[in-house]
Amino acid sequence: MTIEVPVLEQTNADVARPVASVRLSRLVRPALGLLLPLSLALGWELAVWLGYSNGRLVPPPTKVFATIVELAKSGELSRHIATTLSRVAAGFALGVVAGTLLGAVSGYWGLARRLLDPTVQALRAIPSIAWVPLFILWLGIFETSKVALIAVGVFFPVYLGVMGAIHSVDRKIVEVGRIFRLSGPAMIRRILLPAVLPAYVVALRVGLGLGWMFVVAAEFMGASEGLGYLLIDGQQLGKPAQIVAAIVIFAILGKTTDWLIELATAPLLRWQDAFGRGRGAA
Amino acid sequence: MLALDRVGKTYPNGVHALSRFSAEIKLGEIIAIIGGSGCGKSTLLRAIAGLDRATSGTVTLDAATITAPHAKIGIIFQEPRLLPWLSVADNIGFGLSDLPADARREKVTRALVRVGLADKANAWPRELSGGQAQRVAIARALVPQPEVLLLDEPFSALDAFTRRDLQDHLLDLWADTRPTLILVTHDVDEAVMLADRVLVMRPRPGRLFEEIAINLARPRDRNSPHFDNFKRRVLTALDRSLDRNVPDSEAAANAGEAMWW
Ligand SMILES: Nc1ncnc2c1ncn2[C@@H]1O[C@H](COP(=O)(O)OP(=O)(O)OP(=O)(O)O)[C@@H](O)[C@H]1O
Ligand SMILES: [Mg+2]
Repeated sequence: MTIEVPVLEQTNADVARPVASVRLSRLVRPALGLLLPLSLALGWELAVWLGYSNGRLVPPPTKVFATIVELAKSGELSRHIATTLSRVAAGFALGVVAGTLLGAVSGYWGLARRLLDPTVQALRAIPSIAWVPLFILWLGIFETSKVALIAVGVFFPVYLGVMGAIHSVDRKIVEVGRIFRLSGPAMIRRILLPAVLPAYVVALRVGLGLGWMFVVAAEFMGASEGLGYLLIDGQQLGKPAQIVAAIVIFAILGKTTDWLIELATAPLLRWQDAFGRGRGAA
Repeated sequence: MLALDRVGKTYPNGVHALSRFSAEIKLGEIIAIIGGSGCGKSTLLRAIAGLDRATSGTVTLDAATITAPHAKIGIIFQEPRLLPWLSVADNIGFGLSDLPADARREKVTRALVRVGLADKANAWPRELSGGQAQRVAIARALVPQPEVLLLDEPFSALDAFTRRDLQDHLLDLWADTRPTLILVTHDVDEAVMLADRVLVMRPRPGRLFEEIAINLARPRDRNSPHFDNFKRRVLTALDRSLDRNVPDSEAAANAGEAMWW
């Protein structure tokens, strides 16, 4: 008897599933990803509150939040965010344009690849931070050198992604274009572009991630504004809450911009028949 | 008329895939090409399609020498090769981009009905079964109304039932505009069911070995003794093309099977 009750319940739940669970899972699934960070934050808050730690070096969430609010009220926060965002945007745009053009050229023409690719690969082997002193000498310590560094970081994954994607477009699909006698531009627009799009989106997202990484490096090398400046400032003045606040904002901005790319390209990739589809990639 | 004049192909790696293949094929004729694996059937078809160039000899359609894909020549491959980012309807309309949108839409709609996929117009290729996808590929190749349609083992990836279904379907579609069909196949049953003439090839180097005219009225009955008779003739020719001296009785026994190897 005791065994049968849950079985019965489950049958009822199954009947209700088609309508209710779709709606439910749409709300619950993204929330699932918040579970771990939220409970960690809550746990730390409790630990400090109960006196297990003084929270001086690792400030509790309320203190971080208070710092963010304070910065926001003074208008400083939006200034720092705007500065950092504009640097990332400029560097990302430059890196994407250069990476896409060169990647497309060496993906499309074998000769260009043979000429270009070895050099690019050699440059790629240089840790990008090693450029910093040169960039400062060449471009000064202000915006230009920072944007250049970010652009370098974005360039390589985009270049590699585009080149690899074009290079590996299925010959069989290209033959379909040939049979219908597409001209060169039509072949690019109707066959190559759609075929490389999924890989291109991945390359853009990787590039953006590196852009966020390099903006911090760029802002470490002497800045009076920006989230990276907040980090350095917090370290020099011994304000861990400010450091953590900047880190949290980096996380939020990074995730949001990545999500924006995903959102913007999703309609173009609806046709994809991939393993990850429908498996709840947030 | 499609004329193949001593068409030969040697690949850059030195493989002599095709040697002096000649044939004259009238408009509206259905030709089946059959032969062992590696005897140059795909090579020949790709040369006719203009996808690869023959290293010797010429392919001419009416007065034009074929050196590159031609508007009047279509091809259907072994795989459907649908473009995964286009809906079924857009795949079928892929070769009609010169037409104004509504003329194109009308042709596509008619083709969709004709291949029995009217309800799949907006589906993605990944949502189709193998047989449905191949029907879309057939429709895509037929809507520009080619004069010559080449088919390279178009049904070989399908199960026997679907294959028969599509063979009948292909004949139906063929009857609409009566293009020339050149069909490469491994399936003797398919060759005898569809073709006016069966060209048997032999390997190393690939060349024409024997030509068998199938003088059977359409629609053909797969179970008639005449049908069996032609199947047996094609099978024996195939066996001889591979220098296999199979006694007639055994060939006859094999004739019952759709696939000859
Ligand atoms: N691109 C290529 N480069 C070099 N050799 C090739 C190429 N394509 C085909 N060959 C060779 O040419 C010969 C004929 O090949 P082909 O594909 O025309 O045979 P087939 O009759 O279509 O065989 P199957 O029935 O297995 O499809 C084979 O020996 C093959 O190895
Ligand atoms: Mg072949």
